[in-house]
Amino acid sequence: MKRHLVVVGNGMVGQRFVEAMRERDDEHYWAITVLSEESRRAYDRVALSSYFDGTPVEELDVVADGCYDAEHYALHLDESVDSIDRSGRTVTTSRGRVIGFDALVLATGSYPFVPPVPGSELPGCFVYRTLDDLDAIRAAAEDAVASTRGRRAGMVVGGGLLGLEAARALRLLGMSPHVVELAPRLMPLQVDDGGGALLRELIEKLDVTVHVGTSVKAIERDRGRMLATLADGTELDLDVVVFSAGVRPRDQLARDAGLDIGARGGIVVDDACRTSDQAIWAIGECACIGGRVYGLVAPGYTMAEVLADRLTGGESSFISADTSTKLKLLGVDVASFGDALAMTPGALEVTLNNPVDHSYAKLVLSDDATTLLGGVLVGDASKYLSLRPLVGRPLPADPVSMIAPSGGGGIGVGALPGDAQVCSCHAVTKEAICTAITRNGLTDVAAIKSCTKAGTGCGSCVPLLKTLLADSGVAVSNALCEHFDQTRAQLFDVVRSSGIATFTQLIQMHGRGRGCDTCKPVCASILASLEHGHILDGEQATLQDTNDHFLANIQKNGTYSVVPRIAAGEVTPEKLIILGEVARDFGLYTKITGGQRIDLLGARVEQLPAIWRRLVEAGFESGHAYGKALRTVKSCVGSTWCRYGVQDSVSLAIELELRYRGIRSPHKIKAGVSGCARECAEAQSKDIGVIATENGWNLYVGGNGGFRPRHADLLLTDVDTVTLIRTIDRFIMFYVRTADRLQRTASWVESLSDRDRDGLAYLRAVIVDDSLGIAADLDAAMNHHTEVYRDEWAEVLADPERLSRFVSFVNAPDTPDPSISFRSERGQPSPVLVSPPTLEVVR
Amino acid sequence: MSAVGVEWTPVCRLDDLQPERGVAALVDGVQMAVFRTFNDELHAVGNQDPFTGAFVISRGIVGSRGDAATVASPLHKQVFDLATGVCLDDESVRVPVYPIRARDGVVELALR
Ligand code: SRM
Ligand SMILES: Cc1cc2nc3c(=O)[nH]c(=O)nc-3n(C[C@H](O)[C@H](O)[C@H](O)COP(=O)(O)OP(=O)(O)OC[C@H]3O[C@@H](n4cnc5c(N)ncnc54)[C@H](O)[C@@H]3O)c2cc1C
Ligand code: SF4
Ligand code: FES
Repeated sequence: MKRHLVVVGNGMVGQRFVEAMRERDDEHYWAITVLSEESRRAYDRVALSSYFDGTPVEELDVVADGCYDAEHYALHLDESVDSIDRSGRTVTTSRGRVIGFDALVLATGSYPFVPPVPGSELPGCFVYRTLDDLDAIRAAAEDAVASTRGRRAGMVVGGGLLGLEAARALRLLGMSPHVVELAPRLMPLQVDDGGGALLRELIEKLDVTVHVGTSVKAIERDRGRMLATLADGTELDLDVVVFSAGVRPRDQLARDAGLDIGARGGIVVDDACRTSDQAIWAIGECACIGGRVYGLVAPGYTMAEVLADRLTGGESSFISADTSTKLKLLGVDVASFGDALAMTPGALEVTLNNPVDHSYAKLVLSDDATTLLGGVLVGDASKYLSLRPLVGRPLPADPVSMIAPSGGGGIGVGALPGDAQVCSCHAVTKEAICTAITRNGLTDVAAIKSCTKAGTGCGSCVPLLKTLLADSGVAVSNALCEHFDQTRAQLFDVVRSSGIATFTQLIQMHGRGRGCDTCKPVCASILASLEHGHILDGEQATLQDTNDHFLANIQKNGTYSVVPRIAAGEVTPEKLIILGEVARDFGLYTKITGGQRIDLLGARVEQLPAIWRRLVEAGFESGHAYGKALRTVKSCVGSTWCRYGVQDSVSLAIELELRYRGIRSPHKIKAGVSGCARECAEAQSKDIGVIATENGWNLYVGGNGGFRPRHADLLLTDVDTVTLIRTIDRFIMFYVRTADRLQRTASWVESLSDRDRDGLAYLRAVIVDDSLGIAADLDAAMNHHTEVYRDEWAEVLADPERLSRFVSFVNAPDTPDPSISFRSERGQPSPVLVSPPTLEVVR
Repeated sequence: MSAVGVEWTPVCRLDDLQPERGVAALVDGVQMAVFRTFNDELHAVGNQDPFTGAFVISRGIVGSRGDAATVASPLHKQVFDLATGVCLDDESVRVPVYPIRARDGVVELALR
């Protein structure tokens, strides 16, 4: 007969336990009932904050497919366990059900501790633990945005790991965060004073105000906002308060049932996870094991595995756990591992404080300086992955060389012994991963994840997994280039959330080396999308491809083309005449482009300003033919002239072209508007296609001509112009923020689909139904773009500094490049090419 | 390089060179691409792209590959080592390297 197992709590650990049972209980000895107080099934609480970065709820879900499909596995959401009857072996739930058990597992996790501050119960005060908490914080922030003038402010009480994460979240919501920490430094549990000081310095640079060594005395309501008074007398005007002052184990249920409780809370269990009652077990953050309560997920997972083993006849025990952490807070790297605070008797410390690149590193060594015990890294945590697995092992190199900026010491993953843990969340060793790679022929990180579970926890070991793949001879990487391990979308997030404003800062903090022709233009594009400064200002100028640098497209003979904007292809006779005159006076080849405008080719660098001066005076502006930017919005003549037209396609195309001109994007963007279903503007082959209907407009997205033609997908039907434009705004902004380098919208839309998600439906949910709650942000970003747009060429002409680069030779500015010449073909100039030198052979 | 017999031509002030960006210079009819890197090293290489024949190397993006300071041709993006002129994507190809120095804030080039 089946025995009944009741699990209280469906958090990360409770769920992991159920899955471990599914794997181990082959005999189907147990029937399992899980009760969860939350309304959502288990999700990735560790990645909670990514919810604010736009990660959809579905991606946070951690429940394996079909987990509760089997008859004897049941999950009840929104139903908590209120009491335990130990002698009757039953639990009573909030819905009044009484459920019998043969074994009971408590996986109730923790609750956030809210210090007894007067006012902490005011609306506007939150904790940071569940998705519901985050929804509430977001709603309050949005209310504040709607009602408060000036900068919105938030306060996070607690400067630990989670507090800093909450501060980052407030920043993403557009607030200025204050962090209040009682201890004299940030992250008091992870870093020492040296690390704390540097951390503070780096974090303050990112617009977070830090108050350490003080506490909150009171919070009062103050004319629709809140006023917080700190013990040091500081007063803060606030819109939102988030308490993040530590967590406490949720042991009330166990206390009420008379189970043993630890001196500082937590349900006392032995190394098999059994409580003082033989039939009751506790795992995860609610358990006190070996006298300790762990606030991290990895030890909880170990407990889940130990317990599943025990309940299926095994003998495993919980030993002790790795409490390493690595975070990227607001773009600042912090890592601590092992005995970070040097608590081991006789421990030695090696510290390297590097004020130049703002990094701090400390290694803790055994008293004989042979064994690594732990360490702290702030500012640059790139060594974390290779150092962490060495804890408790003999040092492979001189300790200073191991933390010195240039690396040295040969401590790459290759140097790790086979039994070193690469993934500490799931306790997976290097050997297990390498075996899985070779035995199962794995070729990517996703395959390693599903095969070994490595990388599916906090994710910090993923770069090491890549290295192991590469070491096994598998070529994989979505790193941008040798200078950045991130993708464009990741860099975009880093720049957006950290406020980094220069390439130098970005590469120093998040990359290596000096950059190249791949990452520099990507960074230039990101900065342009976010900052809207002129692309030729300061250091930004050095990042630009030659096209963006001279605001013109380079041709095969080293001359450039000039493409003024002719929105929707509509041009007055006077302007046409000017184009003809300019082309004639400068001897330029003239052609109608495939984008309904006119290209003047063959201009030398030093001629560009004079050509553009004439064009700008005549009312032309840059057409951005050189940029990864909006190109053209092609239009048919539409209802004004055409006997079939049902809407004015030209007016709309002009409006769209002027609205989106100048926006910098991962690749070029093209649009089209047709006045009726005959589709003379070929709108369905464009990134954004609009086709008029009797009732309004149909919107298509993700079309492409070019290399791999793709028809656009229908996103909206029969919408009015306002809705249409708002949706296109969001489509473009979402694309700008999340697409990869040189990814057109066609492949971006395709990439939004995966095994269990339709990309188009997802896109519609995000930009039409606002499922991620980012629509207001996208709208604001696009409005900002339209407000700050200015013609790049007009700005260059007005500025002698920017103009000064348009010279042929630095020592002979007006001498034309002698290698450029033309012959005449069909009455127009055509370039005479210089043949390359006979290729010189080296040495 | 030995100073003996080298004839230096001043081309511009050091301040005229933006770090990490190139300019072209014309010395006795020879086109050179002149670069100042972030750490104020100066490099001069031939301005002609050996792959296409166009005189455009000075307009490429400056960067690094491994430890080498580099420039990428703006036409088809082949990368050249600024110190040796060798093309790192095809080591059988290279651009000439010219002597360069800064004296009293003035950049000088020589034809070797
Ligand atoms: C000038 C023009 C050809 C012409 O004489 O008609 C042209 C010229 C170039 N195209 Fe194009 N394309 C031109 C219309 C098109 C079109 C037609 C259209 O826009 O309706 C397409 C197909 C539609 C599409 O993009 O989906 C087109 C698909 C491409 C592609 C392939 C894109 C793809 O996703 O596969 C490239 C390559 C790239 O961008 O990486 C390209 C790249 C180029 C570049 C930028 C190549 C280069 O790096 O030198 C050419 C230089 C432009 C210049 O001014 O020097 N061009 N190109 C057209 C300029 C339109 C304009 O007014 O801005
Ligand atoms: C923002 C944030 C960031 C974090 N970052 C990290 C990190 O980087 N690394 C790391 O290791 N850890 C991190 N953690 C901690 C990690 O999330 C926890 O260690 C982990 O979730 C613990 O799992 P658990 O199952 O024990 O508890 P929980 O995930 O809290 O689950 C317990 C569940 O039980 C439910 N419950 C409680 N009582 C009852 C009842 N009586 N009846 C029914 N249901 C009940 C609760 O509602 C909850 O859903 C982070 C936590 C947060 C909030
Ligand atoms: S798409 Fe329709 S309205 Fe536009 S030109 Fe063609 S037939 Fe006329
Ligand atoms: S170390 Fe956290 S997922 Fe591997």
